[in-house]
Amino acid sequence: MTDSKYFTTTKKGEIFELKAELNSDKKEKKKEAVKKVIASMTVGKDVSALFPDVVNCMQTDNLELKKLVYLYLMNYAKSQPDMAIMAVNTFVKDCEDPNPLIRALAVRTMGCIRVDKITEYLCEPLRKCLKDEDPYVRKTAAVCVAKLHDINAQLVEDQGFLDTLKDLISDSNPMVVANAVAALSEIAESHPNSNLLDLNPQSINKLLTALNECTEWGQIFILDCLANYTPRDDRESQSICERVTPRLSHANSAVVLSAVKVLMKFMEMLPKDLDYYGTLLKKLAPPLVTLLSAEPELQYVALRNINLIVQKRPEILKHEMKVFFVKYNDPIYVKLEKLDIMIRLASQANIAQVLAELKEYATEVDVDFVRKAVRAIGRCAIKVEQSAERCVSTLLDLIQTKVNYVVQEAIVVIKDIFRKYPNKYESVIATLCENLDSLDEPEARAAMIWIVGEYAERIDNADELLESFLEGFHDESTQVQLQLLTAIVKLFLKKPTETQELVQQVLSLATQDSDNPDLRDRGYIYWRLLSTDPVAAKEVVLAEKPLISEETDLIEPTLLEELICHIGTLASVYHKPPSAFVEGSRGVMHKRLPARTGSGEGTECPDVGNAAGGSAPEAAPSIIPSQGDLLGDLLNLDLAPPTTTGPTPSTSGMQMGGMDLLGGGLESLLFNMVSHPKMGAGFGAAPAVMPASLNAPVGGGLGDLFDLGGGVGMPMGAYIPPKTVWLPAMKAKGLEISGTFARRAGVIQMELVLTNKAMSVMTDFAIQFNRNSFGLAPAGPLQVLTPLGPNQTIEVSLPLSTVGPVMKMDPLNNLQVAVKNNIDVFYFSCQYPISMLFVEDGKMERQVFLATWKDIPNDNESQFQIQDCHLNSEAASNKLQGSNIFTIAKRTVEGQDMLYMSIKLSNGIWVLAELKVQAGNPNYTISLKCRAPEVSQCVFQCYEAVLKN
Amino acid sequence: MIGGLFIYNHKGEVLISRVYRDDIGRNAVDAFRVNVIHARQQVRSPVTNIARTNFFHVKRSNIWLAAVTKQNVNAAMVFEFLYKMCDVMASYFGKISEENIKNNFVLIYELLDEILDFGYPQNSETGSLKTFITQQGIKGQTKEEQSQITSQVTGQIGWRREGIKYRRNELFLDVLESVNLLMSPQGQVLSAHVSGRVVMKSYLSGMPECKFGMNDKIIIDKAGKGGVTNEAGKSTSGKQSIAIDDCTFNQCVRLSKFDSERSISFIPPDGEYELMRYRTTKDIILPFRVIPLVREVGRTKLEVKVVIKSNFKPSLLAQKIEVRIPTPLNTSGVQVICMKGKAKYKASENAIVWKIKRMAGMKESQISAEIELLPTNDKKKWARPPISMNFEVPFAPSGLKVRYLKVFESKLNYSDHDVIKWVRYIGRSGIYETRC
Repeated sequence: MTDSKYFTTTKKGEIFELKAELNSDKKEKKKEAVKKVIASMTVGKDVSALFPDVVNCMQTDNLELKKLVYLYLMNYAKSQPDMAIMAVNTFVKDCEDPNPLIRALAVRTMGCIRVDKITEYLCEPLRKCLKDEDPYVRKTAAVCVAKLHDINAQLVEDQGFLDTLKDLISDSNPMVVANAVAALSEIAESHPNSNLLDLNPQSINKLLTALNECTEWGQIFILDCLANYTPRDDRESQSICERVTPRLSHANSAVVLSAVKVLMKFMEMLPKDLDYYGTLLKKLAPPLVTLLSAEPELQYVALRNINLIVQKRPEILKHEMKVFFVKYNDPIYVKLEKLDIMIRLASQANIAQVLAELKEYATEVDVDFVRKAVRAIGRCAIKVEQSAERCVSTLLDLIQTKVNYVVQEAIVVIKDIFRKYPNKYESVIATLCENLDSLDEPEARAAMIWIVGEYAERIDNADELLESFLEGFHDESTQVQLQLLTAIVKLFLKKPTETQELVQQVLSLATQDSDNPDLRDRGYIYWRLLSTDPVAAKEVVLAEKPLISEETDLIEPTLLEELICHIGTLASVYHKPPSAFVEGSRGVMHKRLPARTGSGEGTECPDVGNAAGGSAPEAAPSIIPSQGDLLGDLLNLDLAPPTTTGPTPSTSGMQMGGMDLLGGGLESLLFNMVSHPKMGAGFGAAPAVMPASLNAPVGGGLGDLFDLGGGVGMPMGAYIPPKTVWLPAMKAKGLEISGTFARRAGVIQMELVLTNKAMSVMTDFAIQFNRNSFGLAPAGPLQVLTPLGPNQTIEVSLPLSTVGPVMKMDPLNNLQVAVKNNIDVFYFSCQYPISMLFVEDGKMERQVFLATWKDIPNDNESQFQIQDCHLNSEAASNKLQGSNIFTIAKRTVEGQDMLYMSIKLSNGIWVLAELKVQAGNPNYTISLKCRAPEVSQCVFQCYEAVLKN
Repeated sequence: MIGGLFIYNHKGEVLISRVYRDDIGRNAVDAFRVNVIHARQQVRSPVTNIARTNFFHVKRSNIWLAAVTKQNVNAAMVFEFLYKMCDVMASYFGKISEENIKNNFVLIYELLDEILDFGYPQNSETGSLKTFITQQGIKGQTKEEQSQITSQVTGQIGWRREGIKYRRNELFLDVLESVNLLMSPQGQVLSAHVSGRVVMKSYLSGMPECKFGMNDKIIIDKAGKGGVTNEAGKSTSGKQSIAIDDCTFNQCVRLSKFDSERSISFIPPDGEYELMRYRTTKDIILPFRVIPLVREVGRTKLEVKVVIKSNFKPSLLAQKIEVRIPTPLNTSGVQVICMKGKAKYKASENAIVWKIKRMAGMKESQISAEIELLPTNDKKKWARPPISMNFEVPFAPSGLKVRYLKVFESKLNYSDHDVIKWVRYIGRSGIYETRC
């Protein structure tokens, strides 16, 4: 007889029958009845009415029956809390059973009975079980602590279970250790600030020992826990890595991925020139490739993680392109992920192979996949310049297939190629125009219209083409309408004579017949522009567009870092931080990669957009992402892609000019247009001025258009350190010199206080500097005109220039000074705050900032912590501005403000900074990037000094 | 951690539902059914987020297994666990089917209680599970037996119990390889790799310590350097050794020892298990070469010619050879001529299937077909899926050789020589495709 019959009872009055059976004297019948109850429970029937009858069956020595009853209890105890107390006695009794399996069963089950009233009865048995002689009972009890904590955290703390649990980490049995680690990790997650896990070198050592001995699951718990530890220095980091690497050969993919997580994280701390660093990089590749031979679901998880790893450290898999080639039978989710990674790995060396593959894929069946493949060809062209020509010809081949969605996708990417390589491939325009009629998707239509408008002077019948689109203007999507408007205005500016009618038509369509505010506004702007000053209009509308960069959908570096800390988990699959999909406080703590400890070397943690760029992008004057979707999404726009870049913000003066036409009443309206991010984006201008890295949520957008630095408050003046004694009287025959440095109205001043502590009068003062790092030299003589009598003090201020001879000093801001008087020559050295050298025009253009940030190698980046600073980001920004540290942009990511700042030194060195300020956290993190990384330390000191005073 | 585990049949009816965490409600069961099982479109990801609840699913025949969680769990672990769960069920009652699951639902609940505690996977080795989850109750056990069970379940060698005895100590070693190939129509290898497995069946008494050796290049190079300075010996060993890209091991293998000395030592589980998996990409022997020739004659006719060449020792025989040549969807009729074996056009599979029972090495065979097409106004071109091939050969295409498998059991009186050992090599086609 089989159990399946239990599923088939659907009779009415079934509950009564079961009740009778449950109370039967015959053991067999009882058991049968309980099975039926469980089967009903499984399919979702409510059998809670049988609670007392089932609980009555609990007192049995038949283990199978007991387990079934427990299963029932776990499901229904919550709905019948009073009845559940009936079970307590049995649990307590079972916890004393001589059979360890029964003791464990009891302790396991009672943790699952989530009834507040009975939890306290369970404390005593649990305490005993935690110290049980049998490891099976202990490992079960360890998990039970986590269960109890979930029900009543306070109780667990009061009863001291946490300490017992901590002790279990030193247990002799590896499985007990693993479960204790798992339980503690979970409890610690809901108490982010407690030091529950208390990881230190000793406990880490214990975990690493247990790692070799426990089950595959235990190894995962331990590795995941290890990943939360931050080693003290690179040596400890290396020794942990060495003990973790053998796990890369484990058959269980989860063990491998968790080991990869630990290694990726701890690797951050290893100096790059270390041999071991290179070895480790090499060791990581094969296991990652092996993951691709796992079952498809695991492949998917692995690929999502590899996608992150490739962005963080492209060197690991750069030679493994072939393994990501798509197989015919791969499930679609695997195919799409592989394609993504292929593009990331594409380089000059392998581009031929990649293109051949992509061309194959473009003939596949799945529409999404084919589209992505076509798009990928375009991305290759933009990424690898040498391949652009081949990509374009491949795309043309695909257009010839006439498969509708292939053609449309191809046209969208060709537009991007035009943006990247202007005036190179325009010969293909004719082919594109042939396909005009088949385009039915807004994105493709918009792209085509853009091309026609942009190259209107080369397309003889551009006016006809655009006119044909105009016919159904109202049926088009906003994206197409906006694009059409711009394209026709472009056409008009290029061929004013023939197209006047057309432009009037479109302007009236946009301004009078449309109820879309964005369209209307753009229409008005153009109208006014054209009617006021056609020359200016030309300059604005036909302005040279910034180039687009190759990396479009890179994960933002801070997020990438966080995700690297979550390798193997759901977060890494979704590419979202846990806070985005986990409710409550659990697991919402932000994780960060550790900073490198080797002092001389900069850290290479956060870098903007550069992570996957094996080849550093050129420092083009301004670079924006080619696909606006990223920015567009964040600004909640469904409008034109930013590639329609029209006016740049510098044109605001001209827009003001247009106001006369509208009269004063509209003044404020127009002002709003300029300052309101959403509308601003309607001009297509906003994304162009927003650095790619600053894909700020809506709130940040405002600041981007606004001149942040000028907009917020009054500058507070430069920070001037208090005077210190540079030359004590003892050493200088009675002359005491103290002083400080200040920057006043752009002039560096050395402010000296000279005191005569000797008995005789001092005269004939003169001062000289030794050669120094920034060429500081007195700009005039030391103005001490009157003789300095005994016990007299005089304050002098000496203007300094920065054109003196240069010699690198150590420390960098050291200044050796010689002061002469009628008695002798005295030497002393002092250190000036480097902020004296920050010049007033140190505010960088946004685009330039972004390009420069990308351009400076990551090795030049260094990171510092500023502790105990209680300013909010705005106050900090104001304060810094007083010292010529300019905030260029600000954005907020999950409560953390990121300020991007630039500084220019008197000798023309730029220092870029990213300051992270978290509300409520007095510790700031600052990353500095500079072509001359030596200054970073000094700059950091300035930050600290300025912010704390 | 895992908050709950559901098993559904193909209709989406729940067969098993076990909830481990309070945050998973009964509606989660329905959410998955509605959004995934009954979804109109094909599932685009094995991980789904529905109303802030995350579902991980795998499918075995027409049974859906879904793990549910609301936390940021280790996703790789969840899938590994689901696979393991399938293995455990299969070893208890065979195929995973609706009938078997219904017949064994009590057992499954008992297993789920044991291998997943509060959503944390626990010992899931069938070997040890079977000692105490038996469906017969464990009433009759003595105290010693009970503590033996618990120490085994939690112990360092959870995969093997003490006191195993065989009259004849025997072990079987299978080197099973699947060779994967993607070739361009011109015969250029686009990608090729071998994924191999060493599967062992051991029937050994006591707690034997085993050491496995193969012609891994790194070990042999090491030995060559440390050993005699015999130039000749070195070069021959170099030829026979193979470069293994990566390997993974059963949890019985001491990984730290492999990492430091590259030696594979372990105490084997009893019975059948997979000792290691490996992957090679260099110097692969490709047993067959497929040469396709497709010619479109007008809009309604295709001519296909495919030649296969066997590329191994003439004394060896390949078996179960099958070549699958895809045909367009608008095929109306096919005429096939083949020199060897049997070929048939299977309309339902849109392919010509050519089967050959046996074929010796260094031979060649050919098939030609004429495909009549119905005229269509479908603009879209036929995607031309690759020609795929299946076969089985009695050697390892990677070139892997077992050098030794030594058995040491110090407590019992049998030595390495007393163990009867069998070694077998089987190479099968994995995804073996040639584009046409």
